[in-house]
Amino acid sequence: MNGVALTMLFGDRAKYLGLVFGIAFSTMLMSNQISIFAGLMSRTASQILDAREADIWVMDPRVLYVDEIEPMTDTQLGRVRGVDGVEWAVPFYKGLTVAHTQGGVLQQVILLGVDDATLVGVTPRMVLGSALSLKQPDAIIIDRAGFEFMWPGEKHALGKVIEINDRRAVIVGISEASAPFTTFPVVYTKYSSAMNYIGLMRKQMSFVLVRARPGEDPHHLAGRIAAETGLKALTWQDFAAATIGYYIKRTGIPVNFGITVALGFIVGAAVVGQTFYIFVLENLRQFGSLKAMGVSNMTILRMVLLQAMVVASVGYAFGIGLCAAFFELTSRVSINLRGFELLWQVALGTACAVLVIIVIASLASVRKVMVVDPAIVFRG
Amino acid sequence: MTDPSMAVRCRGITKSFPAGDGIVEVLHAIDLDIPAGELTMLVGPSGCGKTTLISIIAGILGPTHGTVEACGVPLTKLRDSEKVAFRRKAIGFVFQQYNLLPALTAAENAAIPLVAAGMPMAKAAQQSAAILDRIGMGKHIDKLPSQLSGGQQQRVAIARAVVHAPNLVVCDEPTAALDAETGQTVMTILKEAALAADRAVIVVTHDNRIYHFADRIAAMEDGRIRSVRTATAGQFLEVA
Repeated sequence: MNGVALTMLFGDRAKYLGLVFGIAFSTMLMSNQISIFAGLMSRTASQILDAREADIWVMDPRVLYVDEIEPMTDTQLGRVRGVDGVEWAVPFYKGLTVAHTQGGVLQQVILLGVDDATLVGVTPRMVLGSALSLKQPDAIIIDRAGFEFMWPGEKHALGKVIEINDRRAVIVGISEASAPFTTFPVVYTKYSSAMNYIGLMRKQMSFVLVRARPGEDPHHLAGRIAAETGLKALTWQDFAAATIGYYIKRTGIPVNFGITVALGFIVGAAVVGQTFYIFVLENLRQFGSLKAMGVSNMTILRMVLLQAMVVASVGYAFGIGLCAAFFELTSRVSINLRGFELLWQVALGTACAVLVIIVIASLASVRKVMVVDPAIVFRG
Repeated sequence: MTDPSMAVRCRGITKSFPAGDGIVEVLHAIDLDIPAGELTMLVGPSGCGKTTLISIIAGILGPTHGTVEACGVPLTKLRDSEKVAFRRKAIGFVFQQYNLLPALTAAENAAIPLVAAGMPMAKAAQQSAAILDRIGMGKHIDKLPSQLSGGQQQRVAIARAVVHAPNLVVCDEPTAALDAETGQTVMTILKEAALAADRAVIVVTHDNRIYHFADRIAAMEDGRIRSVRTATAGQFLEVA
């Protein structure tokens, strides 16, 4: 009877398309909004995620997330290096400053100062040039989006000069740094150069990046560093989670996205539930006659559930396809929207939500079909 | 002891339904025999209990009291799942409103009882197409119900009622939605297609223009069988 169930479903084209549209709309809205939210949250921790060589980030104990920095004195670096289990430890500067081009473009930039000797902390993803070029005097690496902000429409090129706090900086590389939360250009330079750009202060070191000795558990080492130095030490995973957690707890972003996702779910459930219920209701007499002719309740139940699952599958496929196409297209249209993508976890989660929607939609309908008296067919 | 000449044997059938605070009895101690190989009409005014009685005979409703034996099977002793299987195998239905599935073609609609019994649709539709051809619907097997007239839809319903060779065909007001001429045609086809030596046909109707198709007429009134008459040489003689 599965073929009969499907023919019944596809035969009522208007309702079938309505059901598929409802699921597709719901899927698109939920997966799109969750993906953008996940992308935004991932952006808040982009600099942590890009500094892949470091196992542990060490910071002032009052620091809650990567954008709220309480500088430390350079002497703290030596104390961290002295902790047993540390393979190496290097300074890392992070701050905001203003840069301008010779053409007069003024742009706030995220300035990241990496250890002069090891260059630990520079993203390994280079579009043009080499990270090693940072060792040259006044050298900076700018991210691709930053280059396009500051020289719109121009072809990527090295050797361009900008001024940061009236000091000369030469672009020796263009990177593909992960998009930051604020979409400012990300500028890498040597730690010593960064100090020149911002001017000397008593405390200037934002973080100490630490690599654990082989075989050393980073969590245990972070605990030892904290205990022996009085500083806060977190594995990069914990620090990224703390940063994302900060934005989730302290901003209205999750509420805003949550409302949209909830709306997608509720509207989807309401539209699909109502349409499916009407579809079943209009076929109630047919289901009744099937029952009278000896089709069992279990078979009828399977027919209704098959119809529901087909609607869910087709609608979900359309919706998730639209969502993937949206991110594919928007990332080409605007560089500001780079880094947003449909994660498999989001696709899976949305599939579960669609399953819940279709179960809710089916419940009332299934009950109606189960209790329908086959004698209904004898009532003219 | 089962009488093989009787397709249906009802004894002492009563049926009550809850109504408000009390109960209403719509059938009162009905005894009725329906022989195989005959077309029996159940006639009477609206609300006299005809539909309730055929629902019980077809195993859709259970009686409050009494026993029903249909096609040699004691229906009142069957569990619900056994009744469903019994209906699937032994009974064909023709409904007043045809109740064809709108998305299925005529051949597919007529094939439903075979598909319900587990036969693949393609094979079942072949068998039903042969029956449709026999009753003059050969040109319409691929048409949807919406493309057929009322009389043609009822012919598809007749094909559906007999495609699985049941022992009993139950028809509820099969001509009520049709004009007089089409009604006569449908009844001719019904009698030709459905009636067989080992099969009984029960027709519930109050359309007296089709009484002459009956071999036996059971008249009901107020939940009781008032009379049972058989046709002999065009005349109906009262037998009960």
